[in-house]
Amino acid sequence: MKVIVPVKRVVDYNVKVRVRADGSGVELTNVKMSMNPFDEIAVEEAVRLKEKGIVSEIVAVSIGVKQAQDVLRTALAMGADRAILVDATSDVNQDIEPLAVAKILARLVEQEQPDLVIAGKQAIDNDLNATGQMLAGLLGWGQATFASEIKIADGSAIVTREVDGGLQTVRVSLPAVITADLRLNEPRYVSLPNIMKAKKKPLEERTVAELDIDTTPRLKVVRTIEPPQRSAGVRVSSVDELIEKLKNEAGVI
Amino acid sequence: MSVLLLAEVNQGRLATDAVAKTLSALSPLGEVHVLVASGDSEAAAQEASRLQGVSRVLMAQDVSLAHGLAEPLAALIVSLAPAYSHIAAPATAFSKNILPRVASLLDVMVLSDVTHVHDAETFDRPVYAGNAIQTVVSADPIKIFTVRTSSFSAVGEGGSAPIERTDAVADPELSFWVEDVSVVSERPDLTSARVVVSGGRGVGSKEKFDMIIDLADRMGAAVGASRAAVDLGYAPNDWQVGQTGKVVAPELYLAVGISGAIQHLAGMKDSKVIVAINKDEDAPVFRVADYALVGDLFSIVPELTKKLEKQFS
Repeated sequence: MKVIVPVKRVVDYNVKVRVRADGSGVELTNVKMSMNPFDEIAVEEAVRLKEKGIVSEIVAVSIGVKQAQDVLRTALAMGADRAILVDATSDVNQDIEPLAVAKILARLVEQEQPDLVIAGKQAIDNDLNATGQMLAGLLGWGQATFASEIKIADGSAIVTREVDGGLQTVRVSLPAVITADLRLNEPRYVSLPNIMKAKKKPLEERTVAELDIDTTPRLKVVRTIEPPQRSAGVRVSSVDELIEKLKNEAGVI
Repeated sequence: MSVLLLAEVNQGRLATDAVAKTLSALSPLGEVHVLVASGDSEAAAQEASRLQGVSRVLMAQDVSLAHGLAEPLAALIVSLAPAYSHIAAPATAFSKNILPRVASLLDVMVLSDVTHVHDAETFDRPVYAGNAIQTVVSADPIKIFTVRTSSFSAVGEGGSAPIERTDAVADPELSFWVEDVSVVSERPDLTSARVVVSGGRGVGSKEKFDMIIDLADRMGAAVGASRAAVDLGYAPNDWQVGQTGKVVAPELYLAVGISGAIQHLAGMKDSKVIVAINKDEDAPVFRVADYALVGDLFSIVPELTKKLEKQFS
């Protein structure tokens, strides 16, 4: 069974982003970039399915700037077999919209014929939470989003999903799209020997033009601002003082 | 110009608070039709018809719609879409599963977690865990978006919109419901509670997390948790407050043993009053707290619970 895992290059989880003063966006110059954490979970899940003998080949795909090679090398070091980089822009400030990403992935799915796509549920830059669902829609495939457990059996995936108020289990016929939530697994650290090995694994470059996908944005970001900042309040020295303040000053209890 | 609002129904009951807040977000956009689609929609449709700002309720009832599966619900919404300029829903796990699928089937983009509707094309939404707010103009013929309900107040009741039946479309039978494991709780819902008490890594264990629950119960509050507390197994994932969990804006938010990573602050910084209890006086959570109490939570929380007894009994 073949799996495609899309991975996105985003500002590292630990970086506190800065909004540019002119409202044109967030500062991406000299900022540490990494693989989107949910995509790391997706790669890890694919690798575990391969280690169990269920998956035979893992193809990692990244769409965006050429620098996304870095995250593909990480995916290869984690255990993906080969990688495809779709060169979609040369501007690091241009976020390729989920609809365009889903169309590019759908084209690659036609060519690669995987049985399963495992994606992260959300990218931590645009926070849209859309690509997996959009891809499933375009392909006419079933979807199981926000997965915390995946079992593959008899041409189906049995997926436990994180939903509001608890968990839901669904069975989705393959081929399908699954999106990974936080508790699906804990991604492994990549070891130096695996990083070295990853350098020898195939990384193919494709272009949006050659795949014949229109990536013209549908949304225009006219302004990016900082949210209103809260100011720090007062220190209280005891539980009694806290209760007194909440009661008489804030009036919330 | 009219708007289709997808409502969530759980066990025959409308998610009224979320729908009422979304209605208030949609008020600049004109006529709103609420779609109530589930296995058992009658009572929920009645409830929706009473909300202010609803001009029609579309009620679909079918076994394929009973468990919120994305494929049949998306197919239904796509069949209704030509009559609408906007399709919206409260930003919940239910709608985030469905609306992006609808958007791709209609060849349009989706906007998640909208916090302000400027006009028919222009919306604000947070990015980077709420560390930046984008104003976005959509060029799509149908605008599809989810609404961050914590940014809006709920509309009232007193309406009497007509209820119209609509047919479910054929189930594409791509996925099948197996089971729901939901926790039945007497506590208020996290996203609509007036008071939220949240615990973090500092709480130390699942057993000690009971202390947070006791305090919450004493205050009639909902229980929340940081991602770290969820990761460590102290609390279930549906209690998670933050970038990848729920976004809350209660009147009072108590953060206990939570250091205040930006991803957590993203989920609670719009609360009216924030109290932080932490032993580390440099914890980032204190930078957003109105009231900061530095000290050992294992003595502070039981003391607070005990002393609040008088307030809430």
